[in-house]
Amino acid sequence: MAAETLARLSAGLAARQYSSVELTREALSRIDRAQPQLNALVTVTAERALATAAVADRRLASGESGPLTGVPIIHKDIFCTSGVLTTCGSKMLSNFVSPYDATVVSRLGAAGMVMVGKANMDEFAMGSSNETSWFGPVHNPWDLTRVPGGSSGGSAAAVAARLAPLATATDTGGSIRQPAALCGVTGIKPTYGRVSRYGMIAFASSLDQAGVITVSAEDAALTLQAMAGFDARDSTSVDVEVPDYRASLDAPLTGLKVGILKEFFGAGLAPEVEGPVRETLAVLRKLGAVVREVSLPSLPLSVPTYYVVAPAECSSNLARFDGVRYGHRCENPKDLQDLYQRSRAEGFGAEVKRRIMTGTYVLSAGYYDAYYLKAQKVRALINADFIRAFGEVDLLLGPTTPTVAFGLGDKTSDPITMYLNDIYTIGANLAGLPAMSIPCGFAGGLPVGVQLIGPHFGEAKLLNAAHRFQQETDWHLRGPTGYATSFEPGAGPTSGRGEK
Amino acid sequence: MSLTARQIETIAGLARLALKPEEIPVYVDSLSRILGLVSELEQADTTSIEPMAHPLTGQVQRLRADEISSGNARDEYQRNAPQAEAGLYLVPRVIE
Repeated sequence: MAAETLARLSAGLAARQYSSVELTREALSRIDRAQPQLNALVTVTAERALATAAVADRRLASGESGPLTGVPIIHKDIFCTSGVLTTCGSKMLSNFVSPYDATVVSRLGAAGMVMVGKANMDEFAMGSSNETSWFGPVHNPWDLTRVPGGSSGGSAAAVAARLAPLATATDTGGSIRQPAALCGVTGIKPTYGRVSRYGMIAFASSLDQAGVITVSAEDAALTLQAMAGFDARDSTSVDVEVPDYRASLDAPLTGLKVGILKEFFGAGLAPEVEGPVRETLAVLRKLGAVVREVSLPSLPLSVPTYYVVAPAECSSNLARFDGVRYGHRCENPKDLQDLYQRSRAEGFGAEVKRRIMTGTYVLSAGYYDAYYLKAQKVRALINADFIRAFGEVDLLLGPTTPTVAFGLGDKTSDPITMYLNDIYTIGANLAGLPAMSIPCGFAGGLPVGVQLIGPHFGEAKLLNAAHRFQQETDWHLRGPTGYATSFEPGAGPTSGRGEK
Repeated sequence: MSLTARQIETIAGLARLALKPEEIPVYVDSLSRILGLVSELEQADTTSIEPMAHPLTGQVQRLRADEISSGNARDEYQRNAPQAEAGLYLVPRVIE
């Protein structure tokens, strides 16, 4: 297999088979070619990328490099990048040039990664199809008439099309895992507080977590190693030591207790998704895992709980957009109220307004106990279910999504239909748990993802299980037709690398 | 659970969102449906359950001493302001 992964590119750079500048030029030319079809990026930072790559090459030459040095990366446009447009997929921030870097951006930059651009996304990360972006929808590289998932749709589509070997992403209710599943790539949402949220534009602060979308679990381990860890600038950052994720990747899975999430295999799960997800069990058993069914009775209440908690926090967080300090301002405001109301009405799209208003309602006088307090109590029940389950098993397993990628425009008319896409992913956010989606097969030529959920700070075990699975299978190495087979400079596009 | 047009107007006012008349029925419909979905929470018995304040047990909000930790970057921040002058953000006249 050719150099498909960050790990292989890193080895190629270290062996001086190619330079970071060559790799970066290759990424930029792929972006140029793919952008008209995919719309995966909002901003391309070509000039800056080539300058960063030249610095990385000097580091590589002088031996001051690490495993990430010189590798191109795309940052989700929710992360602030100093001196570069940071839009969050919104008209509201379509003119916002960040004065500082998010911690995720500065840590990966310090490790020598080369930012080639900023990924398109659902507006303020609110969406499951990348159709709420002010900059237009992203198209799924496996089928351009379908959605890539969301909200990190640009990140997932870009990695699937190998525009870069990895992209940062964020996950509030499934926004890393759902697009990773629909685009056939690997995505990890770490434990709440594991990765700093500083400089990551807030949506729902008790749920938001940064992670990464990669080709392989090994690549996710390498990247998370540099991203994770305490940051005094994020008040919810947790001061817990970061283990060596790569060191435990190859650990045997003998005796690993895997719990099948009973509630995730009911009505609503498409049979063509259930098949490949169940087939992963045979692979895990072959590797020595012990599989049993586990029931979390409160888990089906995840979606209603989320649609109180997330909008409530969103309405509070997005109150900062006032048309005064930064962001969109309306023309000719007649007074201050008019300035606020029209700037916000013009700057936010329909879905963002819908969530702000839902949140405003559930937090308003007389309704707080019935909605927000009730939801936080149900959230405690869901969390207790997970804690009980992790007393019995090491990891939980289920589908990432109920269906494969759906058509652009298919679910935009009814918000509830769209919200139900995240039925399997929201639970991990409510309980603050780490979770991954990895490719496990295809249905009708479209990728299917399997989800693994771990106990708090159980990223190493998740990555270990995912890596061992990927040593036995090659689903994660398959890519859509028409895009380059590998990331090696000059590999060029091919056809028919999808389903065998 | 069904909201009225009047309620939507009140919510939009609280949220400082100017709605066009034709948007009101759209939000009446979708917010009512969202509250319908949310009403499933009523099934859950939460008697004597403490509401969850933090996803990680035992974690509390960290505080720090009230000391200046970074320099003044006002001018840099104001480069993103729609209208600023002499270090001040400009808004329509508030007091006549």
